[in-house]
Amino acid sequence: MRYSAFALLKNGLTGNRSWTQAWRKPEPKSSYDVIIVGGGHGLATAYYLAKQHGITNVAVLEKSYLGSGNIGRNTTIIRSNYLLPGNTAFYERALQLWEGLAQELNFNTMVSQRGILNVFHSDPQRNAYVRRGNAMRLAGVDAELLSRDQVRQYLPLADFDNARFPVRGALMQPRGGTVRHDAVAWGYARAADQRGVDIIENCEVTGFRIEGGRVKGVETTRGYIGASKVGLAVAGNSSRVGALAGLRLPIEAHVIQAFVTEGIKPLIDHVVTFGAGHFYVSQSDKGGLVFGGDIDGYKSYAQRGNLPVVEDVAEGGLALFPGLGRLRVLRSWAGLLDMSMDGSPIFDKTDIGGLYLNCGWCYGGFKATPASGEAFAHLIAKDQPSDLIRPFSLGRFRTGAVLDEKGMGAQANLH
Amino acid sequence: MRIKCPYCGERDLGEFTYLGDADVKRPDPAGTGAEDAFFNYVYIRDNPAGPLAELWYHGGGCRSWLRVVRDTRDHEIESVALAKPEADKS
Repeated sequence: MRYSAFALLKNGLTGNRSWTQAWRKPEPKSSYDVIIVGGGHGLATAYYLAKQHGITNVAVLEKSYLGSGNIGRNTTIIRSNYLLPGNTAFYERALQLWEGLAQELNFNTMVSQRGILNVFHSDPQRNAYVRRGNAMRLAGVDAELLSRDQVRQYLPLADFDNARFPVRGALMQPRGGTVRHDAVAWGYARAADQRGVDIIENCEVTGFRIEGGRVKGVETTRGYIGASKVGLAVAGNSSRVGALAGLRLPIEAHVIQAFVTEGIKPLIDHVVTFGAGHFYVSQSDKGGLVFGGDIDGYKSYAQRGNLPVVEDVAEGGLALFPGLGRLRVLRSWAGLLDMSMDGSPIFDKTDIGGLYLNCGWCYGGFKATPASGEAFAHLIAKDQPSDLIRPFSLGRFRTGAVLDEKGMGAQANLH
Repeated sequence: MRIKCPYCGERDLGEFTYLGDADVKRPDPAGTGAEDAFFNYVYIRDNPAGPLAELWYHGGGCRSWLRVVRDTRDHEIESVALAKPEADKS
């Protein structure tokens, strides 16, 4: 069923009885041409495999229900304000795909390009943001440097004269913004399903069948499923699932927390980041302020964090917006991050024939979803990376061609 | 998560700084296969879902390095010991 204003009206007038299921709940077949493990980027990958490469005998395996993982745990921000050429081009492609995604999927993904402001508080920080903004503009990405007075127009609530962290200005990407993350999972699932992809929920991969250096299929909690090609897009569980196939990866699993306050009237119109600590915030359509900050900083698979980071995030938030101090936090949660050793993602073939890797997303997996799916589909279908993702090879760590956005070396707490 | 420091007793997580895997050793640069060994040392990680021995620094207390065995699935801490005697043993 195609969604439209007419369909909404018709179903509304007839008691909403004829809406159909958005995607099927098929039993796994005995084998597929391609299996994608992970129902986040995996859904986008399956969609683009079907749409751009005509490969429709595809299954997406999700270990829990759809949207239970990072695609439903992030803070929904999209942006392409990166410094390094490889990253800028890739995330800009993602942003372009976001801009047309609702029409593409016939699903209201609620893409809201409300602009992202990276506020800065010192001269050196201003220099760094000027450099980043110039790099973005050279790459054809929108960026504007805002003076203190201009920031005042956008963020009247901010503490401009904070003794330690006075607001000196901001770098703005007007096309940045937010997306409804559940709608992204559901929209891709529905669109992929309509093209014949099987989406199999509650199906966890427990092993790989590898013969003669080639992958033959996967063992799952719902039995063995054969496949000519298998793509891994399991984010925080990359090391764990990779280890089942004998892979050792430049990845650490970490935990990051996110928070949402009670709903209030429109207060913060943009995505805003605090430059002197780590805090970022946007306001959801329901009125809650959605915010977060740093990772907890230790390896974890627990999907929950600890209190010191809660305190740290709250301090950052109040240093920028003291007026938020009386808001009550309704919920907090956490997601697993696949922190790579240079802070940039990894797309590559592996030494095992037919096994492909998509991981290393650090903080930034959600905003990459469409471009990640498109590029991973290309890698799987053509057995070679597109130019856009050549910089993200697994081999870059050995050759030294790392994409270290922060310039801080090999550690897993960067981005 | 609270860590029971052998000197200071059970203390808040905010007093501690994390280093990572306790059993990684810097390879010998003059040894055979040093290039591979350094690649593994710098970039490749064991990333188990389960008990993991790690180094934590008690900067907000006795300033000792601690060897903490912690389950990465639920943050339960199995044991805490001073890192120095462990390091001296190997």
